[in-house]
This record gives sequence, C-alpha cells and structure tokens, in this order.
Amino acid sequence: MAAVQDTAVVVGAGAKARPAAQGRWASIWAKHGAGYMFLLPWLIGFFGLTLGPAIASLYLSFTSFDLIRAPEWVGAANYVRIATADPKFAAAMRVTFLYVVLSVPFKLAFALLVAILLDRGVRGLTVYRAIFYLPSLLGGSVAIAVLWRQLFAGDGLINSLLAQFGIEGPSWISHPNYSIWTLVVLSVWQFGSPMIIFLAGLRQIPTDMYEAASLDGALKFRQFYKITLPLLTPVIFFNAVVQTIDAFKAFTPAFIISGGTGGPINSTLFYTLYLYQEAFGNFRMGYASALAWILVLIIALFTAFSFLTSRYWVHYDD
Amino acid sequence: MTDATMNLVTAPPSAPLGRRGPLGSVLVHAGLIAASIAMLYPLLWMISASVRPEDEIFASTSLWPSSIDFASYLRGWFGLDVSFGRFFWNSLVVAVLTVIGNVVACSLAAYAFARLRFAGRNFWFATMLGTLMIPYHVTLIPQYVLFLNLGWVNTFLPLVVPKFLASDAFFIFLMVQFFRGIPRELDEAAMMDGCGAWRIYWKIMLPLSLPVLATAAIFSFIWTWDDFFGPLIYLNDMNTYTIQLGLRTFVDSSSTSDWGGLFAMSTLSLVPVFFFFLFFQRLLIEGIATTGMKR
Repeated sequence: MAAVQDTAVVVGAGAKARPAAQGRWASIWAKHGAGYMFLLPWLIGFFGLTLGPAIASLYLSFTSFDLIRAPEWVGAANYVRIATADPKFAAAMRVTFLYVVLSVPFKLAFALLVAILLDRGVRGLTVYRAIFYLPSLLGGSVAIAVLWRQLFAGDGLINSLLAQFGIEGPSWISHPNYSIWTLVVLSVWQFGSPMIIFLAGLRQIPTDMYEAASLDGALKFRQFYKITLPLLTPVIFFNAVVQTIDAFKAFTPAFIISGGTGGPINSTLFYTLYLYQEAFGNFRMGYASALAWILVLIIALFTAFSFLTSRYWVHYDD
Repeated sequence: MTDATMNLVTAPPSAPLGRRGPLGSVLVHAGLIAASIAMLYPLLWMISASVRPEDEIFASTSLWPSSIDFASYLRGWFGLDVSFGRFFWNSLVVAVLTVIGNVVACSLAAYAFARLRFAGRNFWFATMLGTLMIPYHVTLIPQYVLFLNLGWVNTFLPLVVPKFLASDAFFIFLMVQFFRGIPRELDEAAMMDGCGAWRIYWKIMLPLSLPVLATAAIFSFIWTWDDFFGPLIYLNDMNTYTIQLGLRTFVDSSSTSDWGGLFAMSTLSLVPVFFFFLFFQRLLIEGIATTGMKR
C-alpha cells in the first residue's frame, strides 16, 4: 500500500510536464486515486462476496440446483412450492414468528426494567452491569446451548428446582408445546446488550425535566410514564428493530437443542434451520436460495413497517 | 443505526428519577442481587458440575460440589478421536487471523470514508451501510459454491479471507464514527509537512484510534470464537474443527454417557471469552452503547 500511495504522488507530480490530456488523467488519479486504493479491499469484497453472490442467489432461486449438475431453470416453481405445497415452510414460519413475538417483548421489558433500576445511581453499578451483560456475550456459543439442553431436560436442573416446590415439570425439550419456551428463555436471558443501550439512552434525558416535574408534584410513576418513556422511544425503537431482525436470524440454539432436526414435530424448526437443512442436508440449493430471498423480503417488510409506524409513537426531540 | 444511539456514552449522566429513601434502596439492591444470582446460576452450576464426581452431577441443584475432581476434564479433553487441544488451536488460528483481517481491512476502508475526498465517496458509503442490513443468508449459497470451486472447503480460508476484504461492515461503520472525531487540523498539518494519505493513516490515524481498533479486535475475536454456523458449513474434517464444532460433536457422540466431560469442555470453551470480558469490559460496553452492536 505504501508503494501504491507513493506512485500516486509521483504520477501526480510528474504530470505537469506532460501533454494536457495525459495530465488531466494524472490529476484525476492524484485527486481520487488514494481514496480508491484504501477502499480496494472493501470494493473487492463488496463485488465478490456481496453483490455478485446476491445476484447469483437470485438467479439460483429460479433454478433446481444440487451442486453436482448445472443449475436448471425452473421459473417460479420454487416460490410456488414454498407458497402452496411445503408444510415444513409453513411450520418454520409459524415457529419463527412465535419465537420473535415471544422473545423480543420479554427481552426488551427485562432490559428496560433493569436499566431503570441501575440508572438510579445504584452503588455497584458496574458490577451489576457486568453480571447482566455476561450472558449476552456468552449466549451465542454451543456451550450455552448444551447447558440449556440439560437445564430443561426432563430430569434436568429446572425440574429439580421445581420439584423442591412440589411442582412436577414437563419434559420441556421433548414436548412440542414447551420446547419453544426453552429457546425463548435462553433468548430473554441475554437481555444484556439492549439493557446497555437503554442505560446509555437514560443518561441522555436532561435532569431539569425531572426537576421541573417534581416541583409540579408529579409522582414517580407519572414521571416515568410522561417523561422517561416518551424520551426513550427512539432507543426502544432501535432496540426493537435490532432484536427482531436478530431473532429472525437465530440458528445455533435451535440447532444444538434439537440436535439439528428442529424437532420435536418441527416445534423448534427456526427458519434459518430449515434453510440450512434444505441447502446442506438435502442439497436443494435452488430451493434454499428462494427461502433465503423470502427471509430477506420478510425482514425488509418488517423493517419498512416499523419505520412507517414509528412516526406515530417514536418522539425525536425537536 | 439511528443517530439517537450514536453519542450516548459521552452524554452527561442524567439525574435519577428522584431520590430514594434507604428502604427503597435496600429493595432495589435485593431485587438486583436476586436477579444477578438467577442470571449467573446456570453458568455457575455448569462450572460446578464440571468438577463434580460423575455420580453426583444431577443429584444436586447446589452449586457447591461435595468434593472436587478434575477427572471430567481429562476424559473430555481426550474423549474424541481428535483431542480438544486441536480444536482450541484451530479456533485460535481462525480467530487471530480474523482479528488481523478485520482491523486492517476495515480501518483502510473507514479511513477512506472518513477522511479522503474522492468521486463517488457518498455513493459507496451509502452502499456500505446498505450491506449492514442484508442478512448473510442471501449470499450464503453462492459463496459456498464459490469456495467449493476454489477448493477451499475444509480449510480456514472461507472463514478468514472475507475478513481481509472488510466483510464485517459493522466495524467499518464503528471506525468511521471514531475517525471523524479526530481533529482535521492534524491531517492538514501533516499534509503541509508533505505526508501522503498513507502516512497520515499509518502515523496519525491508527495510533490515535487504538480504543476503537481494540474494540473491533475484541468483538472480532469473541464473535469468531463463538461462531458455529460458518465452521459448520465449511469444515467437515475433524482435524479442522473449531472448538464449537468439536463441542457439538462431543454432544452427539456422548450425550447420554459423559455429562461431566461435556460440561468440562463447555466450561473450557467459554474461558477465552470470559477472559476478554474480564479485562476489556469497559471497551465492550462502550462499543455496545455507541453503536448497538449485537450478534
């Protein structure tokens, strides 16, 4: 890179002596070349690993492709099958939506509650914050999914704890009605990173607002409802969008806890898990590409919808 | 990313929602302590299970083992055809290369976006931000086909090479934010002294940006260490397995027989992440608070 930059300078400097046409190119290079040299790795990555593959995957989604023979054009057949004749797709959709709808609100509620408790000048803030954040950092690993699988097993720790209160817990993981809750609890347990963003947001609320409110005799709950919550809506919005997109993309916990099957009876068949099974289990690469594009569409629609509705409840200071 | 989350950590702390009396304070601490215990209990239980005698693992919900026994660690370590030492080494290689790739490639791009003027800069910057929103699933299959045709499956190249091409746009964004805050006068003075863009990047930008480079490096390391999906797709030969794949294989091969070994290896696999967390907590938390990074 150093050599490249020096060349650019040399070309620029030497250009003055040359005919005008060449000089113009040299000066354009001198002016813009450095930017593109620095951008080069990213540009290669963008075309080679993002844009190119995205176009290829759109093409593949209209083909039947098993990795061995050349892709065979099938028109919209993949999409038609997804929409009309694929019960596993329907199951994956249902499970994924259920997971999003259950895990995100609980997670955000915990994050906000704890952030508010911590924001009130609690002693030992950094210790608490670290403890609550730790699971967010560890949570994506296989070790935690393995641990969870044990905690919620029929003879696992959760049921042992429940037994001490005389409650007989079900076999959470192998029962289709409960298995999803195991994953929801795992997700909620990782409320640390939205909590930190909430904490940062709470710090931005100007003090004088509360002072004015307490002079007017507003009660704490009212202060929260009238001041904290509205001023925090941009952060709530941000967290909600990020966490929801994240939940749509969840993979590892469902894979490990169900042993890669999405069972029992597809009750933990996350969308990404189904995509993985189709692509790398059944080698239906064309079909999986179509699934991928549908996921993109869903996430895009969700994001657009969030931004459209946000004007009615998110307050930006003005 | 919304602007709202951008400059939050630097803002002055807000006053609490009114002062609390001593009773309120005790209640809040009681609540927080109870919640902390609930949060940590599964982790502590796992660590305790890893040093418990085999027959005692599920017998007790207590965190205190009756006697400490490291046999599980030995059994776990050598429990597969390939030892866990190999998996740790593989993870370490992949993670270190990823860190280098991310820091080098992302800081180059971020410097161009933040400090250099060139035609099309705004267009490319918007494009880069756009890639943040694309789920990796869209590029997954063609990328796999590409790497398969290059003969890179069962090597670390598919996991590492993209990082040298700045594929984690998150870090570019993070660095751009930081670079913009460095006074322009420094560049101008350096330029007067005859420094080119490269020298300014190397001699001024990078040394002044150590906090953000460290943040990116630490997150890179942790995310790579925890990554399961990438290795699952690209590594099929047990000799190339990372720690996450090794652990999963161990689950499959011994799920009913050797819980002690499983918990021992699980605990070990978390150690590097925990270590980084312990030493760089402040950087990690600021990284989250300023950009909302999350994985």
